[in-house]
Amino acid sequence: MLDATAPKFDRLPAGVGVGYKPQHFEAILNDPGAVCWLEIHAENYMGDGGRPLAQLRHLAERFAISVHGVGLSIGGEGRLDPEHLARLRHLVSWLNPASFSEHLAWSTHDSGFLNDLLPLPYTEATLTRVADHIDEVQETVGRRMLLENPSNYLAFDSSTMAEVDFLRDLTRRTSCGLLLDVNNVFVSATNQKTDPISYLDAFPIDAVGEIHLGGHDEDEDDHGDVLLIDSHGKPVVDPVWALYAHTIARGGPRPTLIEWDNDVPDWPELAAEAARAQTVLEGAVG
Amino acid sequence: MTSSQTTFVEALLAPDLPVPDGLVDPAGLPAGKRFDVYRNNVAVSLADALETAFPVLAKLLGSANFRSLAGLFLRAHPPRTPLMMHYGADMPGFLEAFEPLAHLGYLPDIARLELALRRSYHAADATGIDPALLQSTPPDRLMAATLKIAPAVIVLRSRWPIHAIWQFNTAEGAPKPQMQAEDVLITRPEFDPDVTRLGPGAAAFINALQSGAPFAQALDTAQAEAPTFDLTHTLGLLLAGQAITELDDSQ
Amino acid sequence: MSKHTKTLAVAGAVAAALAAQMTVPAHAQAKEKCYGVSLAGQNDCAAGPGTTCAGTSTVDYQGNAWTLVDAGTCTEIELPDGRVGSLEELDRDLPA
Repeated sequence: MLDATAPKFDRLPAGVGVGYKPQHFEAILNDPGAVCWLEIHAENYMGDGGRPLAQLRHLAERFAISVHGVGLSIGGEGRLDPEHLARLRHLVSWLNPASFSEHLAWSTHDSGFLNDLLPLPYTEATLTRVADHIDEVQETVGRRMLLENPSNYLAFDSSTMAEVDFLRDLTRRTSCGLLLDVNNVFVSATNQKTDPISYLDAFPIDAVGEIHLGGHDEDEDDHGDVLLIDSHGKPVVDPVWALYAHTIARGGPRPTLIEWDNDVPDWPELAAEAARAQTVLEGAVG
Repeated sequence: MTSSQTTFVEALLAPDLPVPDGLVDPAGLPAGKRFDVYRNNVAVSLADALETAFPVLAKLLGSANFRSLAGLFLRAHPPRTPLMMHYGADMPGFLEAFEPLAHLGYLPDIARLELALRRSYHAADATGIDPALLQSTPPDRLMAATLKIAPAVIVLRSRWPIHAIWQFNTAEGAPKPQMQAEDVLITRPEFDPDVTRLGPGAAAFINALQSGAPFAQALDTAQAEAPTFDLTHTLGLLLAGQAITELDDSQ
Repeated sequence: MSKHTKTLAVAGAVAAALAAQMTVPAHAQAKEKCYGVSLAGQNDCAAGPGTTCAGTSTVDYQGNAWTLVDAGTCTEIELPDGRVGSLEELDRDLPA
């Protein structure tokens, strides 16, 4: 067991991390390159024991860990699942991670867990509901959380607020921080024919505790318009690197994660993506 | 009134239903294919998860047949919790009731075996006792003692040759399965589950220990079921598998 | 078997099991923890699936009907009633 009273890393360093994959375990320890922190999905470490928790315990000795939840369903209409909240509280108190984050999305309904990040309209009613859920999470877990902006494939005609305003209001009401996924900004802006720079410039940068970068796929909608899909299965594209550099220039260095979840490459390729992010961060400092 | 997320979920899982009202593209037109992105994300991610979860079932049926089965299963039984590592607990029952595959009577038990392997993999850690403790305990005290079995240890009993079928589909050159009932022991000495076929009476013996019966009673149960029960071999399996975590002879 | 004889038999079985343990090589007794994924790899799939926060561009959402497509490696077993448990059998049983 880790010594929960003395966290090695009480915050994420303003350097580069990667989404942790078990097949990279040895390579990360032997040759981390620019990588100085790791992100895990909370739900994959909610088993009772075995290799996943043993690896995590080992990695946490050397790297700051970000716990990234995908199953809380903060945007859900129903109440948060108390059993899942309890599992989360257990994991966070055991691991004492440098950061905890979740998504502006929902994934659970009466019928079960759908394993996808589903969208919600942005209205006064949903703002209140999401804020209540964030309050409940922060109280239960006993720490401030970060909330991530989604990739959007469609919009709700019932929405009355812009996403950026919705997120800003959430930070004011709940004191939560934000996780800015720059690839999601690019995907959503392309899909909704809006300007990603305006979105980024309006984003409450002071609340940003972490940045995500990842790859996407390209498809098209019924009318032949480009439809980008946030698939995390490819390198980060140049326009997203440009948006990232813009963000760092505006807000200064932030902990930055390379997400690669499908068709996961060998370690050197992932480490090279991390190194590229590191040069952007260093450019901002220098 | 049906909630908007209920309508959303129903349409997600039923491709024949229309895209819910109020979902639009940038021009304000109905979302159409854009909604299908979510349909794909859900169906493909859950089918992928099932294929990872049941590799031997997938191999037995062939990938295309398995994906077809998965498409039905994931709609009838979406995950109950976000712990995807345990997804598919309803698969054995689903297969038992699935008429088109009813003549492949062994499939539900193969699903049980694959579920058990994952349960074992993620079970709580436990350290096996020093084998010498068994010998240093006086035999009459051992007979009255209870042995605590590690959480990662699972016994499965089947009227099908599940061990042979599993071996045939996971190990190079394993012999073709012959029709016979087989009992299987799963242990996890370190981090990887081991699968072993049990001899007569051994499953009854280990099950009795797991339910807290004293050693002598477990032995009686095993010998009543199978006079040829091999205690030496069974103890050897349990010790090698770090399966006995405590010996309580305080009675 | 008297209770005494039985106890003696158990003592013998325990001794034999322990003797066999001594001959078990390396890995069962190894205390060094293997954190990495096992090299042999045959048990890695026991980890099972994980969560995802990514989407997919694979189109496969219409699979809500059973269709028999290919044969797989379905294990043939001689059943007591003389039938054979295999997908080929299933194929023949299906209406064309």
